[in-house]
Order: sequence, then C-alpha cells, then structure tokens
Amino acid sequence: MDFEPTDDQLALQAQLRRFLDDRVTPEARRAIADLPGAVDRDLWHDLGGMGVFALTLPKSRGGVGLGFADATLLFEELGRAAVPGPLIGTFLAAGLGGNIGADISGRAATGDAVVGLVPARPVFVDHVAALDALLVVADEGVTLTGRPAGSRRVDRPLDPLTPVDVVEALPAGHAVGGPDDAARLRTVGGLLAAALQVGLADAAVTLATDYAKDRTQFGRAIGSFQAIKHLLADAQVGLEVARAAVQAAGVEIDEAAEDTGGDEGEAAGGTDDGGAPAAGDGDDLAGDDAAGHRACRAVDAARIVASRAADRATRACIQVHGGMGFTWALDAHLFLKRALVLDVGVGSPDESLEALAAAL
Amino acid sequence: MRLRETSEEQRFRADLRRWLDATLPTLPEPPRDRDDWPARRAHDTGWQRRLFDAGYAGIAWPREYGGRGATPTEELIFLEETERAGAPYVGCCFVSTLHAGPTIAAEGTPEQRATYLPGILRGDDVWCQGFSEPGAGSDLASLRTRAVRDGDHYVVSGQKVWTSNAQVADYCELLVRTDPDAPKHRGITWIVMPMDSAGIEVRPMKALTGVGEFSEMFLDEVRIPVGNVVGAENDGWRVAMVTFGFERGTAFVSELLGSMRLLSDLVEIAKKTPAGAGRRSTAWDDAGTRRELATIGAELDAQWALTKRNVSRAQRHGTVGVGGSIFKLAYHDTRERMGEVALRVLGRARLALDDPAGVSARHLDHVEERLYVLSLAIAAGTEQIQRNIVGERLLGLPKER
Repeated sequence: MDFEPTDDQLALQAQLRRFLDDRVTPEARRAIADLPGAVDRDLWHDLGGMGVFALTLPKSRGGVGLGFADATLLFEELGRAAVPGPLIGTFLAAGLGGNIGADISGRAATGDAVVGLVPARPVFVDHVAALDALLVVADEGVTLTGRPAGSRRVDRPLDPLTPVDVVEALPAGHAVGGPDDAARLRTVGGLLAAALQVGLADAAVTLATDYAKDRTQFGRAIGSFQAIKHLLADAQVGLEVARAAVQAAGVEIDEAAEDTGGDEGEAAGGTDDGGAPAAGDGDDLAGDDAAGHRACRAVDAARIVASRAADRATRACIQVHGGMGFTWALDAHLFLKRALVLDVGVGSPDESLEALAAAL
Repeated sequence: MRLRETSEEQRFRADLRRWLDATLPTLPEPPRDRDDWPARRAHDTGWQRRLFDAGYAGIAWPREYGGRGATPTEELIFLEETERAGAPYVGCCFVSTLHAGPTIAAEGTPEQRATYLPGILRGDDVWCQGFSEPGAGSDLASLRTRAVRDGDHYVVSGQKVWTSNAQVADYCELLVRTDPDAPKHRGITWIVMPMDSAGIEVRPMKALTGVGEFSEMFLDEVRIPVGNVVGAENDGWRVAMVTFGFERGTAFVSELLGSMRLLSDLVEIAKKTPAGAGRRSTAWDDAGTRRELATIGAELDAQWALTKRNVSRAQRHGTVGVGGSIFKLAYHDTRERMGEVALRVLGRARLALDDPAGVSARHLDHVEERLYVLSLAIAAGTEQIQRNIVGERLLGLPKER
C-alpha cells in the first residue's frame, strides 16, 4: 500500500494547475459567461490536448492510458479553477466505444466537441448553446443525442457560469449503452463530480484563508480570532477527508479493473462490434465481483462527503468575507453555486446515500 | 497511489491471521467488573506477553530496542487484524508501549533502555502518565509540580490528574518543574517515578460513564533518583514532544474499525425497532434516520481512506504532520452524530446502562458509547486546541496573541 500520489501524478496535476492559473484567471472565468453556452472552445481544445478528456482511454484508442485515480487529481484542479462547461459529459463521451457516436466520441477526446450530460427526461439542460451532443443516462440505458432545438434560455441561472435552458423534448438519439453502461457512467460521473467539489472546496478555503490573514478588524488580522480560525479549520478538515475519499475511490476503480484482467483499460474499453457498444472504459464496475462492489461503495461515500465538504467550505468562504461575501463582485458565490450545480448531474448525494444505506 | 498491499504485506497479514486464529481461543475472558483494576491489569499484560512471545510486541519500535521494526502499513494491518479478530485492546499497556517506551528508546541512556524496555515489551511492567495537572490542561507547559534537587535525588511535590492505570502502575512518566525561574517551556524535566516510592497517593476518580477510568495523584516529597531523568534536566518539554513525533497515523485504527462494527449493529437494531408505538414500520424505514446512518457510514469509510493516507505519508516521510489532528476532528464529529442517532433509535432503551433482565443486552453498548464519545473531544488535545493546530500550522493563520 502506498496511498500517496506518485511524483508522476503530482507532476501531471501541477502541469494542469499551472495552465489553469494562467488561463482561467478570475477575470477570464467571468468573461466565459458571455460566450455561447458559457464554453470557451479554445480552452476546451487545449484541455483536450492535455489529455484531460481522454485520460483513461487506452493508448491504442488514442488515449493517455492513465487511471481514474489520475482523473480525480485532474478534476480537482478543474474544480479549483471552477472551469465552466460540461466537463464530465465530455469526459464520458470520449470513453464511448462502438461505432455509433464514434465521431462525437473522437472529437470529445480531443476537446473538439462539447458534450452535455443529463438524466432521463430533463426539464433543465445546461450549456445548451455550446453543445455538439448530449448524453442521456437513464436506468435502462445511455442515449446519445444532438443539441435540443427550440429550448428557452433561463435568464437567471443559479450559477452564472452554468447557463440553463428549459427543454420541452430532446431530439431522438441513438442507444449507445445498456443498463450496465448507465450504471458505470453514473459511477464515474459521480466520482468526477466529487473530485470537482473537492477542488471547489479547496479554492474556497484558500480564498477565505488569504483574506483572513489580510483583513484587519479590532486592530488585528481576523484570522487570529478563534471564531474565524476554527470555521476555516473545520472546512479544511472536511476538505482533507473528502480528498482522501475521492482519491481512494479512484484507486478502487483502477484496482477493480486490474482484477477483471483489464490491462491499461483495454479489456473493458468497449466492444467494437457496433451491436452493444459499451460506454465508459477501463473498468467493470457493474460486475458482481467484490472489488467492483467496493469501488461503487467508495464512490458513493466520496460523493456524500465531497458534497458536504464543498457546501461547508464554500459557505465558510462567504461568511469569512462578511458583507463582501454576499456580493456578486467576489468569487465566493461562484464556488458555492457550482458546488450546488454538481449535486444534480446524473446521480446525486441523496441517491448515493440510499445506495450506501442498502449496503450497510 | 496504491491501496493494494505488497506481497510482503499480504504475507504479514496471513501469518498474523493464522496466529490470531490459534491464539485467541486460548485467552481468558476479560474481567466483567471494569472497576477491578488488578484483574484488568492481569488480562492486558497477559495479552502483551502473548504478543511478546510471538514477536509482535513493540510492533513499531526499532529492532535494536527489541521491537519488531514494522512499517507503518504493517502496523495498520496489525491493528486491523487484531480488531477484526476481536483480540484484546492494548489497555493498561497503552502508556508503556506507545508512549513511555518509545520515548526512552529515543531519548534514554543505554542503561535506561536496558532497565525499562524489556519489562515493557514482556508486559511485566505497567506505566502511567503524570503530565496534566489541575492547573495545567491545554496549557500543559504551565505545570507546577516541583522537583527540588537534594543530593542525588529530586524531592517532588505536587498534584497530577487524569492519570489512567495509576493504581496498578509500576512506573510513572512524570513531568516536573525543575527551574521555576525559567520561561515555562524551559524549566521542565521528564523523569521516571517508581510507583512504589513513598509519598504517592492515588485517588481514583469516577468518570462520567460511572467507571473509574483515571485518578488524581498526590505527590508529597517523593524522592526520585537523579539518574531517572530521561534527556537533560530542564529539557523535558522537548522530550515530551518527541513522543508526538512517533505518531504514524495509526492512533485511531482500532477505534475507527470498532465504530464501523458499532454502526452495523445499530443498523440491525434500527431494522428491528418499531418507528413508534403500534407502528409496523421500523426506525430504518424513516428516510431521515436511514440517510443519517448512511452519512455516518460514508464518513467512517472516508476516514478509513484518510487513515491510509496518513499511514502512507508516515511511511514515506516519517511523520503524519497535522494529519492526526485532521483525523481526530473528523472522527469525533461523526461519532457525536452517531451517538445522537443511536439514542433516537433506542428510544426508552437508552435509559439503562446495564440489563439485569437480559432484554436489551445489545442496546447497552450504544448508550455507553454515546457517553464515551464525549471524551474524544477532550482527551489527547481538546477539539479547540486541534482546530488551532489545523488553523495555524496547516492554513498558516496567525496566533491569537
């Protein structure tokens, strides 16, 4: 056992962090809100070039050939920068196997397609104006469809960086996976949402901590007051526990895949016969093996604690900033709102609670 | 990042499991009366002797001092396997094997190591800790128990408190003030006090749970040989702090795994307990209760992941840093809420801590535990001190003064 990131993993994470620090500054992030569907397609392409979307695809399919543990590290960085756009949908689309949707899948892998992700019969669809395709994950299977037409844009979305449309009906799509694939996408999507929330929590604690060191009241830095210090310490505790849980879940998925004989994700990457293409890759989460069950439970646990950690940290960030925390001008509200958005992708912390309760 | 064990780690686990399977059925029953300290001592030291004979004593100690020299991961496996097998806890041997022993191994003279370490490893000797005082709790360095030099002895007078095992201990690791004029951290000395010395009075205190878990200890001109000082005179604060550097992220492994078992049991109880008088649904059918239990399950799982993170960090870098404080804060928070749900599920069964009629035997542990967890926020550094540590050392926030 060695549950610390390797030097390679830290380097990979640091590389993306440097890129995002430079590219997704607070000003640049706000500017993205004015682009169609709030997606910066150049940024998307660059993320694709860095292997973000094809990270867990085997090299034989043009991927990076890394694992889900690595994916949690990168998605934490994407969360820390609160990068706008359907990151999880595009990542999952890149992993689709089979002939149907191969074009979209290939372009998602390179960051040249923007793919959304919604549960069955959605009323609200995010990032519509930017979408090249949409993955619909229902209990009975996965469908790939096009951009919804005739939708009406919501003027005041919860998160200004997550534009939302009201959609009456989705275009007819193509089945790209069955119930097992749907379960797998839910699990991987849940893991990545949790990783994004860990990053958001970290961004919130960092922003608030820097402010608490700087802001003076009653003649001293407010961070010296235990009332403030303990609020931030509690947020940090939640964050550290959630980070460990999320990374452990990523490792469990990778190790479960190794158990089923997957080599670099080759085995489970999807069938090429075009008949029943598998979605996702590199894992066999729906299998009845013990490792697969352990991985699913680990993802449920990660989702539950990461959601709570992000909620606690982003609210603490607003509180520490006082009146300014309640303004639009500060980024604190963006972190809070994105964390709330991530609770309702496919799956949710509540669904994870019921799944985990059933396993207790 | 790997959670999978190496082949050596798997072998260590398999050997240990085999030994536990063969050994545990031969152990005597633990004493029923938890206030019977001589019986508790005999039970705990008997287990320590079994560990010694099998080569598991001093698992984390260096080999040169008679320990096993196990890696942090092996220590984690040891704690996991012993807990899952239902082996005895370290009990009375806690201070000797996890605190005083490692300190003497690191800071003692060769003579001191030869004098004290074998008895600790074999379970012959029990130690207690004389650190806290009525006036020195979180501010431990303000301790006032005086040691005045008289020839080749110190004459020690003062009062200690929260001294576990004092009534059955052979030795006490004692912090005394040897220089009252020095700044508070610089006038303290770490010394070994034989518990059969004249002038020691131990008064057991009843804990909130009703059990005599710790004692007050009054010292009235106790004569201790100068040669019993570990480290240098007035260097005792540093010596005491050295002990904390031994923490490898494993301090709460048994606790945490025990909590997971307790949660499973609570779930079983909830599935059988009616949601209210005359109702056919159970406490488990209530979504609020069920999800609260699932949240606790998720948090315990996450804290197990954090434990593995801390242990891996210790294995790579030799220390866990503030990881121990992070764990303790998270764990206590979860256990408090688990206690709340437990009492809600138990209903009126919460009213009893023992059960003469044998109607609700399995409920008792949950009431007892609900009381016990209150101590987690106080012992070994209060929650408020732990938050200061996280805020100042990890986040870099300024100190209050």
